[in-house]
Amino acid sequence: MPKIKPEDLNKIAERMRRQTLLREGAGRAKVTVHMGTCGISAGARKIMSTLLTLFEEQNVEDVILTTSGCAGLCSREPMMTVEIKDHTPVKYADLDEDKTRKIFHDHIIGGKIVTDYALGKGSERIS
Amino acid sequence: MMPDEVIQKEANKAYRAHLLICAGTGCVSNRAFKVRDALVEEIQKRGLSDEVQVIATGCQGFCAQGPIMIFQPDGIFYQMLTEENISHLVEEHLVKGRPVPKLMYIPSVDEPPIPKLEDIDFFNKQRLLVLRNRGLLDPEKIDEYIARDGYQALAKALTTMTPEQIIDEVKSSGLRGRGGAGFPTGQKWAIARKSPGDEKYIICNADEGDPGAFMDRSIIESDPHSVLEGMTIGAFAIGAAHGYIYIREEYPLAMKRLHIAIDQARDYGLLGEDILGTGFNFDVSVHRGAGAFVCGEETSLIGSLEGRTPEPRIRPPFPAQSGVWEKPTNINNVETWANVPVIINRGSAWYTSLGTETSKGTKVFSVVGKVNNTGLVEVPMGTTLREIVYDIGGGIPGGKRFKAVQTGGPSGGCIPESKIDLPIDFERLTEAGSIMGSGGLIVMDEETCMVDVARYFLDFLRGESCGKCTTCREGIAAMHDIVADICNGEGKIEDIELLKDLSEAVRDASLCALGGTAPNPVLSTLQYFRDEYDAHINEKKCPAGVCRALISFRIDPEKCNGCFLCNKQCPEKVIHGKPKEPQIIDQEGCIKCGVCRESCKFGAVIVE
Repeated sequence: MPKIKPEDLNKIAERMRRQTLLREGAGRAKVTVHMGTCGISAGARKIMSTLLTLFEEQNVEDVILTTSGCAGLCSREPMMTVEIKDHTPVKYADLDEDKTRKIFHDHIIGGKIVTDYALGKGSERIS
Repeated sequence: MMPDEVIQKEANKAYRAHLLICAGTGCVSNRAFKVRDALVEEIQKRGLSDEVQVIATGCQGFCAQGPIMIFQPDGIFYQMLTEENISHLVEEHLVKGRPVPKLMYIPSVDEPPIPKLEDIDFFNKQRLLVLRNRGLLDPEKIDEYIARDGYQALAKALTTMTPEQIIDEVKSSGLRGRGGAGFPTGQKWAIARKSPGDEKYIICNADEGDPGAFMDRSIIESDPHSVLEGMTIGAFAIGAAHGYIYIREEYPLAMKRLHIAIDQARDYGLLGEDILGTGFNFDVSVHRGAGAFVCGEETSLIGSLEGRTPEPRIRPPFPAQSGVWEKPTNINNVETWANVPVIINRGSAWYTSLGTETSKGTKVFSVVGKVNNTGLVEVPMGTTLREIVYDIGGGIPGGKRFKAVQTGGPSGGCIPESKIDLPIDFERLTEAGSIMGSGGLIVMDEETCMVDVARYFLDFLRGESCGKCTTCREGIAAMHDIVADICNGEGKIEDIELLKDLSEAVRDASLCALGGTAPNPVLSTLQYFRDEYDAHINEKKCPAGVCRALISFRIDPEKCNGCFLCNKQCPEKVIHGKPKEPQIIDQEGCIKCGVCRESCKFGAVIVE
């Protein structure tokens, strides 16, 4: 193991950034893949693994990728929600790998909503 | 592949969830490692190993609910996990994405389970400086510490500050020794720096000996590098090239993690020669102690370190002038060292914004005894005892009444309900007849007998007295015998005066703080709970129903429905009566163990 210099500390911290961010539950954006029974049977796991691979390949470190249960609209699964910080969350439906890739590049990275695949904006009203 | 690339690949790997399972000693004794293994196995079985990472962290503080696990990024807090509920948890939360309410923390029966960490009073009332990394990193990986600004303070100190500037910074932070005495740390460093001599030493006192205290153990277990970083900064400031960590053999997990941390720091050149390429040399060695309470006293500790009998010696010369191997030596305890990187990183001005006029920063307490949420807490100085016992501690179990809180370890004092709004700092605790000590905090309820408490601590202290000073060796033993007599119903009125006289002699004529503070449990209980002593001596009664010689158990025939439970449970078989009829305890054979009272569901067993 080479001996480190003061500037190496930041390099190591940068290298570990993805791990720390996830643990603090903080990030520039949050992507939720809906993985209820319906979502899983419709292929949500494939969407998740596609995203995980893309995150690694493109070195995305400031976005949290997580799962949640059924979004309620089982007939339109697989679904995911993309929420850029300080922006309204957007739900996407009827996903496949290609659509996921496009949403990844355009919305998650580019910040531009993919209107064609979007189901709707905003959150549901709670009570 | 080169090792570096392997590391990079691992660090770069994307996961959708991190499961941070607590592997502090408390949770480990509740089978946390078994739970971790079951979790890893189940995750593998489900083919989720590439999506989910399991991390064993140090103590997360909420020991009462262990084994515990934090699920990130959702921030969900699981508690009391067993191997049996792991497959359900993985199926629900990881496969289906549904958090499992029945494994979450439940504050009381009326409220729905609280899943989020930030919504739990136990966590959200705390302010973490020393424990800043608890539960957030794997203590066995130095990169995780570095990722959370680890060793930045060391780099800053070595490359941009002079030793004098570091000492000034620590001085103006107002940091005071967390081991008990509360001596200003910066001042201590300055004396050691000014002491003549080329060869100087620093020591980390990890000989935490108070019953019920586990602050230092937890700090080392969850964040060993914070201690090493603090020590290295201190060594540079004082001009020491070697440090000792004096840790008791009873802390195997802390010791293991410490050794791993030291090896990793050496690999990175953060310990050893030419640290961070600055030309500064410093290394540490670990010295295992046999766990004697008196070794918390610095001159005894030095004796033990050198291979001599751990007995305190007269000061001056102070260790800063002549310490280990008769060289200038600076001793601080674990928590003090762990504060240092925070002060250097964030500056003394920020640090002094926390705390009271005379005591700055935070204090870590191990909260134990008759309190719902036993565990490890860190709060700003000046937090009241009420906040710690009720807001963080969750109050007294079983709806019982609070009686007192004992601070400062065995030689601390008991603080009564009338003083529960006391803001905690060094001075206030001393004024109230107790001490800060290293941070043990034992909560007592109405069923605790304060005379018995004094007897218990005197019993501990008479065993731990090294025996060098007659007043301590004989005085504590004599005080113990008197208090034990009072518990046995053989106390006399004049005993109280005798106890006070002995207390003064032991306090004033003993060399070190062991004897100097040993009378505190007696003096503080006499001050605040004199009525209990009087009841024991004059009426031969123990109001709390604890001292066996003074109590008897009786069954109330009005309340007893003859369910026969106590009859079956009684180890001496001295409860008589027919089923479905009131039972009677035969006083002759009763050993007053109290099993009948614990087993009775109708409150029919009365203690008198």
